[in-house]
Amino acid sequence: MKKSLKARNNDIANTARQLEILSGGIFAAGELPTFASKIKETNQFPLRPKKLEILQINLGYMCNQVCAHCHVDAGPDRKEIMTIDTMKQCLKVIKTTNAHTLDLTGGAPEMNPNFRWFVEEAAKAGIKDFIVRSNLTIIRANKKYHDLPEFFKKHNVHVVSSMPHWTRGKTDKQRGDGVFDKSIKALQELNAVGYGMPNSDLKLDLVYNPSGAFLPGDQMALENDFKKALKADFNIDFHSLFAITNLPISRFLDYLIASENYEEYMYNLVEAYNPAAVENVMCTNTLSVSWDGILYDCDFNQMLNLKVNAKTKHISDYNEEILQNRNIVINQHCYGCTAGAGSSCQGVVA
Amino acid sequence: MSKPYYDASDLRKFGKITEWSEELGNKFFDYYGKVFEEGALTAREKSLIALAVAHTEQCPYCIDAYTKDGLQRGITKPEMMEAIHVGAAIKSGATLVHGVQMMNKVDKLEM
Repeated sequence: MKKSLKARNNDIANTARQLEILSGGIFAAGELPTFASKIKETNQFPLRPKKLEILQINLGYMCNQVCAHCHVDAGPDRKEIMTIDTMKQCLKVIKTTNAHTLDLTGGAPEMNPNFRWFVEEAAKAGIKDFIVRSNLTIIRANKKYHDLPEFFKKHNVHVVSSMPHWTRGKTDKQRGDGVFDKSIKALQELNAVGYGMPNSDLKLDLVYNPSGAFLPGDQMALENDFKKALKADFNIDFHSLFAITNLPISRFLDYLIASENYEEYMYNLVEAYNPAAVENVMCTNTLSVSWDGILYDCDFNQMLNLKVNAKTKHISDYNEEILQNRNIVINQHCYGCTAGAGSSCQGVVA
Repeated sequence: MSKPYYDASDLRKFGKITEWSEELGNKFFDYYGKVFEEGALTAREKSLIALAVAHTEQCPYCIDAYTKDGLQRGITKPEMMEAIHVGAAIKSGATLVHGVQMMNKVDKLEM
């Protein structure tokens, strides 16, 4: 299995280096407008939060997969894991927040040794939509994870899982050899306990990321193709497909540069810029909490170490009122969320 | 190093053709956009037709554009290649069917 950029001491693992790349080159030369100047054109600068709807908590960067596009640079060699003390601080916030959605992510969040305890405790808060982002293969990775579908069902967790394509070749190329077969098996097991079935309250949604230097196509058309193919080939049902644009950070940035696609990709993002998507971009209704409790505007800013621009920067001194009055931190990677129909952890936004 | 005749980045400048003939350019792009909307054919089917024609026309810009468009739509490699074979079959068929013209001429001229 491949190692993370961090374990390989790759230059791109350094967030300052990533920001230098994103601010330099074609943007410094004025060939393309910076994101700040672009949103100024439509009087959307500074970007400000609206009502908080989603609290996204990253339980750690450890993962059983090393996906080629991963913006977290997650993998088995990543040791950053949320401690039980930080989880307790998060639970305090979960019980009082006005957000209607709790979104647990990673890495593979299930690999956090206190994952199940945390889900049990968080579920008691009665948040309307409780999401766990599961990579699917974790369910088949080890016997101790085999009962995850039942566990998710018991706590009425909304499962959101990555699936880059309905064919083996494209999926394995992005996510690693054997991932497709294990993912299919896991989806069938989720279906078997009721997840993703028509009219079922057990929500199972899939996330599609393009497997290369191109933007996602129409979300609804892709969803139809996925549904048709997965049903015909494997008798799999799911509810919705979220098409998410790959942001030019971390491993995907490394891929773009190595494959000499970086400039063309940035041109594509800027050309596809949609001011209507800015209006609903996810950082305006989301807060992201890292494994060590630090607060960010979104998961992508977390991976670039761009902390919230507010007095309260840690879950231990969380104050929703202060956070609602902040300016959102932006850079050129934000073009990834405003291209075409827009992109967020919940799919298109415009 | 010699400069290639075609420059891939010129595709981004395609819209500039309106600068020298605004009305005709705009009419073309309006028409172009309309053609590729969902209709009796799906946008996906139209993308595959465009890819095949891009090859028969041997237009490098169109090949780049509709290869990327196909990937964005989740079109698979075998589907893309089959579309190109359809174009190639029509191209070669169009050549070979003229063999009948040759045969007719030979039959007319020979004793």
